[in-house]
Amino acid sequence: MRVSANAKVAAPIDQVWSFVSDPERVLSFMSGVTRWEVEGARRTGLGARYRVLFRIGAAEIGGLIEVVEWEKPTELAWTSVLGVDQRGRWRLRQLSDGGTRVELRMGYGVAGSGPWGWLAERAAAPIVSGHLGRTARQLKRMIEHEQVRAHAAARRAARAA
Amino acid sequence: MALTGVASAPSRNGRVGLGQDEAAQERPCGSLIARIASEFADRLQRRIPRGDLDERDPDFIRERLPLVWLVASIWFRGEVRGLGNIPDRGPVLLVGNHSGGNMTPDTILFTLAFSTFFGVERRFYQLAHNLVLAMPTLGYLRKFGTVAASPSNAREALETGAVLLIYPGGDYEVHRPSWLRNRIDFGGHKGFIRLALELGVPIVPVVAIGGQETALFVTRGERLARLLWLDRVLRLKALPISLAVPWGLNVGDMLGHIPLPAKLTIETLPAIDLRAEFGPDPNVDEIYDHLIRLMQETLDALASERRLPVLG
Repeated sequence: MRVSANAKVAAPIDQVWSFVSDPERVLSFMSGVTRWEVEGARRTGLGARYRVLFRIGAAEIGGLIEVVEWEKPTELAWTSVLGVDQRGRWRLRQLSDGGTRVELRMGYGVAGSGPWGWLAERAAAPIVSGHLGRTARQLKRMIEHEQVRAHAAARRAARAA
Repeated sequence: MALTGVASAPSRNGRVGLGQDEAAQERPCGSLIARIASEFADRLQRRIPRGDLDERDPDFIRERLPLVWLVASIWFRGEVRGLGNIPDRGPVLLVGNHSGGNMTPDTILFTLAFSTFFGVERRFYQLAHNLVLAMPTLGYLRKFGTVAASPSNAREALETGAVLLIYPGGDYEVHRPSWLRNRIDFGGHKGFIRLALELGVPIVPVVAIGGQETALFVTRGERLARLLWLDRVLRLKALPISLAVPWGLNVGDMLGHIPLPAKLTIETLPAIDLRAEFGPDPNVDEIYDHLIRLMQETLDALASERRLPVLG
């Protein structure tokens, strides 16, 4: 099952990338995530591993994921190493007006789980989709709010000078 | 599917638990009926598979998780809190209160939550009443990590570094009347504490609410069991009576029932390092009283969150 959400963020692509690629910031904008911990020595980049959990229905579901694509500042993809099968991707594109188009995709399932797995994937889809939508909106809000504060600070500094 | 405390067989008072004598073994057979009963009971005992920890199958569990998730999320609207309190590594003794008659929905929910939180790779065993594992249709439980409740199985599981879930109240607690649903009652079983002390394993209390609202449990039926000679024939000291779907009046609950969709909430409390908290030579009774008090307070808090029975 694959679900996705997107948003247009009024900020440069590098700034958006700095948010989505930082494991310490994930908990502040990703909805439903209860754990996103670095596992191992590598914090970011290709091969970085994280122990993640999402609250989906009655359980916190996740496992160990590994970053398998790291194309700064446009593509960041991960796949599960342990736990429920899942793949995720941040896809960022610079827009002509200076903003950034952000898309978050997630694919998940349990191989070999038969018809119940098929049903569970569909039953979970609205929950996962809701989390992704909220994540996209929250990311947009956080980054744009930070932009506003940065601009205000710059204006105050200019006035003081 | 009543999972129980560490025990090897139903005992004289219908309770099971580590530290109790093994069930009254042979009794004087004064009549033919008693002799037949004894033979039947022995055959039943032989059917009980020996605990084999290797029967647990992570792939089997992973493939069943979607079905369990559907049941736990949609039917029971389950919520499990505080799993982060369980130490990430090493053996842990999870001690829970037991509810829901032979269907024990809280065990289903907790197994799901544990397996998704820590991954099916982390070894996790549950102790179950011998009769549960002897039932031909419930053989799959062994693949989930359910092993017969006995002191040796409990010890073996913990010594291999696994996480072990036990219900010291066993079938005594699981069949308590519905109006006692919010009471922790381990029936005085303390053997698990001695085991945890001996092996130096932390105890993590697991408090569940909602399971005893999945049917209307009327009585444990201890007197009825005596009246019908079940204590002599089947070594059953209780014959629980409930009102349950689809049977209506449900005596014995041997065929199980369809649990009502009661909202289940489970709270996992911080781990207790017994020697750090109670000193180098702790008193078992003191630990027992502390655990009961702690779990009862948590259960009271969970009960105060509920507005309506079943709906939660």
